[in-house]
Amino acid sequence: MSIQTETTTDTAPYVGRPVERLDGPAKVSGQARFAAENHYPDMAYAALVHATIARGRIAAIDTAAACAVPDVIAVLTHENAPAMIPAPKLSLLDLSTVASATSVNYLATDEVHWNGQPVAVVVAETWETARHAASLVDLSYEELPAVVDFAAEAPNAVPERSMPLMPSKADKGKAAQALADAPFSVDLQFSTPPHNHNAIEPHATTAVWDGDQLTLHEPAQNIPWLRKHLAKRFGIPEEAVRIISPFVGGAFGGKSRAWPGVLIAAMAARATGRPVRLALTRAGVYHTVGGRTPSTQRVALGADAQGKLTALIHTSVSRTGRVGGMAEPITAASRHLYAVPNIHLSQRSVELDLLSNTFMRAPGEAIGTFALESAVDELAWRMGMDPIALRMLNEPDRDPAGGQRFTHRMLREAYTRGAENFGWHQRDPRAGARRDGPWLVGMGVATAYHPSMRMPASVTLRLHADGTVVMRCGMHEMGMGSATVQAQIVADEMGVPLASVHVEYGDSDLPPSAGAIGSVQTASVAAGVIAASTMLKRSLLTLARRAPGSPLRGRKLEDLQARDSGLHHPDGGQTYAEILSAAGRDHLEAAFKPSMLGFVARMAIDSRRWVTGASGAQFCEVRVNADTGEIRVSRWLGVFDVGTVINPRTAASQLRGGIIMGIGAALSEQTLIDGRTGRIMNPSLSEYHVPVHADIPHIDVDWLNEPDPTTPLGMHGIGEVGITGVAAAVANAIRHATGKRVVDLPITLDKLL
Amino acid sequence: MKPFAYVKPVDIGAAVAAGAAPGAKFLGGGTNLVDLMREGIEQPDTVVDVTGLPLSAVDDLPNGGLRIGALVRNSDLAADRRVRARYPVLSQALLSGASGQLRNMATVGGNLLQRTRCPYFYDEASACNKRDPGSGCDALDGFNRSCAILGVSDDCIAAHPSDMCVALTALDAVVEVTGTGGTRRIPLTELHRLPGQTPHIETDLAPGDLITAVELPTATGNSAYRKVRDRASYAFALVSVAAGLQIENGAVTDIRLALGGVAPKPWRARQAEQLLAGGPADEAAFRRAAQAELASAAVRPGNAFKVALATNTIVATLRELSNEGTRR
Ligand SMILES: Cc1cc2nc3c(=O)[nH]c(=O)nc-3n(C[C@H](O)[C@H](O)[C@H](O)COP(=O)(O)OP(=O)(O)OC[C@H]3O[C@@H](n4cnc5c(N)ncnc54)[C@H](O)[C@@H]3O)c2cc1C
Ligand code: SF4
Repeated sequence: MSIQTETTTDTAPYVGRPVERLDGPAKVSGQARFAAENHYPDMAYAALVHATIARGRIAAIDTAAACAVPDVIAVLTHENAPAMIPAPKLSLLDLSTVASATSVNYLATDEVHWNGQPVAVVVAETWETARHAASLVDLSYEELPAVVDFAAEAPNAVPERSMPLMPSKADKGKAAQALADAPFSVDLQFSTPPHNHNAIEPHATTAVWDGDQLTLHEPAQNIPWLRKHLAKRFGIPEEAVRIISPFVGGAFGGKSRAWPGVLIAAMAARATGRPVRLALTRAGVYHTVGGRTPSTQRVALGADAQGKLTALIHTSVSRTGRVGGMAEPITAASRHLYAVPNIHLSQRSVELDLLSNTFMRAPGEAIGTFALESAVDELAWRMGMDPIALRMLNEPDRDPAGGQRFTHRMLREAYTRGAENFGWHQRDPRAGARRDGPWLVGMGVATAYHPSMRMPASVTLRLHADGTVVMRCGMHEMGMGSATVQAQIVADEMGVPLASVHVEYGDSDLPPSAGAIGSVQTASVAAGVIAASTMLKRSLLTLARRAPGSPLRGRKLEDLQARDSGLHHPDGGQTYAEILSAAGRDHLEAAFKPSMLGFVARMAIDSRRWVTGASGAQFCEVRVNADTGEIRVSRWLGVFDVGTVINPRTAASQLRGGIIMGIGAALSEQTLIDGRTGRIMNPSLSEYHVPVHADIPHIDVDWLNEPDPTTPLGMHGIGEVGITGVAAAVANAIRHATGKRVVDLPITLDKLL
Repeated sequence: MKPFAYVKPVDIGAAVAAGAAPGAKFLGGGTNLVDLMREGIEQPDTVVDVTGLPLSAVDDLPNGGLRIGALVRNSDLAADRRVRARYPVLSQALLSGASGQLRNMATVGGNLLQRTRCPYFYDEASACNKRDPGSGCDALDGFNRSCAILGVSDDCIAAHPSDMCVALTALDAVVEVTGTGGTRRIPLTELHRLPGQTPHIETDLAPGDLITAVELPTATGNSAYRKVRDRASYAFALVSVAAGLQIENGAVTDIRLALGGVAPKPWRARQAEQLLAGGPADEAAFRRAAQAELASAAVRPGNAFKVALATNTIVATLRELSNEGTRR
């Protein structure tokens, strides 16, 4: 996709300004084309057949009725589908292996590994025909015993390895002893349910083969990973795979790996020799795309008589699928939040016969902070302390678990500002003291935390003689404003009007980006933009210095300013157009390509030197109906420390979106997996309750806007920090409103009756 | 979706004849039927679209009541001035259901006959006596938060999901049905059946029976609808209460009470009504009556909370109505 800016009168600096989303007009006018909206002549449509048992073998598969439906082109099953190469195993030497969402080689064997696994695909002339024929595929199974009930299996969990460079575990001092000795303590068990992604755009693939060249229109959060994965699966060179993904209709982690749909679409297209579109139904997304792990957690805290923490124990049990999935850093935030001399953090997990778990907005931290921050609140109740005062008292100066310094830490300021603006000091500290008719009113707070990371991203900048700058980077636009904020940065770095910046993104033909995962994309690409513009300016200066009579002769880049579409010194400068024309060039290009190895080495060194994270203070007011237990969030304020905010408009929207998703997790979201069959029983927007407008009050978000000295332009990723702490703030407000501590999510009304 | 024939008759006789054919199904707004067809739960051979019939009027009746055509859309009925003024419980119930878009499509006839939201009914891979008689009931030991606690059987515990029907039940609505044998009038309380051993038979209607209208008797004062659900909007009732209450000199002179979300059919709470009639209109009386109505509840672990929730919601709704009454 290529987007040209509209604003013409503005001048730099653009960073920090609420520039409107550049892709907005294309989206509201319907011109933005999503994966399922690409048409090809002769295109066919595919529909999946899903297994209805959790584990076993297909005893028989009868496709006669499906094949007999007019306009059915092919019915592919394990008996006739062309073989794919098995999925590569996870290897840290090649991060693209993370794209292996499961180890299952679809339609290759008669084995069934989870309830909902695709076991056949029908290709037909219309989508309706494909779906109808899919319903006629007749399967019988030999069932094998399956382990699918998380609650029943949790006691058998085994220790989990943490992700390298992203530790969740910690052991410092003697936590159990300190807890036993503490004059004040809490020791609570929590549970959180599985969650599923509900992006507005269900996953859809349009796959086209031209000989051994594969073109895919696919909503992707990580084009380079997906491209490599597909090349391996289909035995073709990486260059033979083209992924076009200009717009992703929301993803939240659900589109970062190769789930069955994209693979089977490509397989079906190759087998039939037709362009194939496979658009999943909503239920199809639930059955073939993993979600967030459920968890049980224990948090125990010990404190001395003044409220100084002496012990912190946070342990968790989560699940993966037997066919894939990975540890989620549930206890990770507990490494960073409180100054405690004795810490024990550990994670265990069980393997179930269910689809792999996968990244979902702040995997780990979203639910880990629920337990930790609920426990801290409960300790405050037990001690009769204000929960903010308790947090302030235990705010660390260095990382509590690792001992490193923080690059940036302003939680005290966030709480101070939030308390002031939310009216915290008017809060009657007693539980159940405030009532408005049938409604009990309470306020709660909790800390938000998410680590700030970066990954390598390649960026090319091309300056044209007419002064336009084209930025090329295969980054991902999932609705968060990626192109807009990078255009702002390019405009500032190059000193050109925003309207002169063209951003090309969402295509594997472009230089590979970092994935839009782990809140890394914006900062990672910004680092690439800064590096590429420095290179470009250097080349411009070199060109200029060669020209006789250039006022830039003898100048060093450090002494120059990029502004007014040129390089300037107080004693004179030249516009880019002048430099290019003097050199007889119509354009000049700089390509920044970071090395993965160097990057990882740097990351390892940095992680020993310091800890970097986005954080915040979440303030919530709830109303709980005394008769029915209905819960309504009535006010919200999040004050965040996310470093420099590039664009207040898009940043507010990310933080707000996170908070809304957190309110969903707090009050209503839950994937219902039948413990007998492993089947998801609410795979629809009607029965999986994401918040609706009526559930969400006006949400205030605020930030401190202090740059982090170690990150590009001082920024932190903001995609995930917004959801963290939210469920705890809600639970804590409910505790204040009603006197009840609810430890099991979601907090549905029956828990308050 | 299985391919099907589509007809759109313009007179009632033709509609009834087409609807009486084997494998035929009437189509109102389609908001329930089409969903079920997509899931393969309903597989009609012929869809008889009734929206071309002249059944979209709301007329005053000579006795002060109201006659509502079967094709009146839920949104239009909720917005009707007479309904809002005389039967606020009905308007509120309609507006608490589904979403604006769905209410714009949904018809009165279709709403009366919408099918349960039991998750196992909706899933072809599950055992469900209602969908597949004799196959069993996965809801009994499965997810049954949405399921019923009154009037259930060992074969089926599904709840009737409609909000509108609860209000209509409290209002003593009568359903007019035209079938191959002519036209008849059925009190709404008798339209739906309890599951017993035949949960797949949900009403007393025969093939071809077309709902043509719903009639309401004269309104009797103060009424309200209270719906409790898992989010603030766009969710089916866990419990809902439709109530009408009149009080004179502290005593209840007229009481109508119906419950939603707790029974396989819109549930008229006769026992509670009998206890309240003529007695004091105070919190203790409301609670006693509510408890008596729920005494026969048969709960499962997932829906046991509905006893307390229904009790409290009845009390809260009657309290609110009695407060309004005294304020007047
Ligand atoms: C996401 C979602 C949320 C919803 N939430 C709610 C809610 O909160 N509360 C609530 O009450 N409802 C809710 N509904 C259900 C909605 O109210 C019903 O789908 C709607 O009322 C059905 O009306 P219809 O005209 O679309 O019926 P159709 O789908 O057309 O028909 C439903 C049934 O009635 C039969 N039928 C239709 N008209 C006639 C007639 N004149 N005579 C005889 N038979 C007829 C059809 O054959 C079919 O069996 C929800 C629906 C959806 C999809
Ligand atoms: S409760 Fe009724 S509808 Fe639900 S599974 Fe059982 S039989 Fe089917």
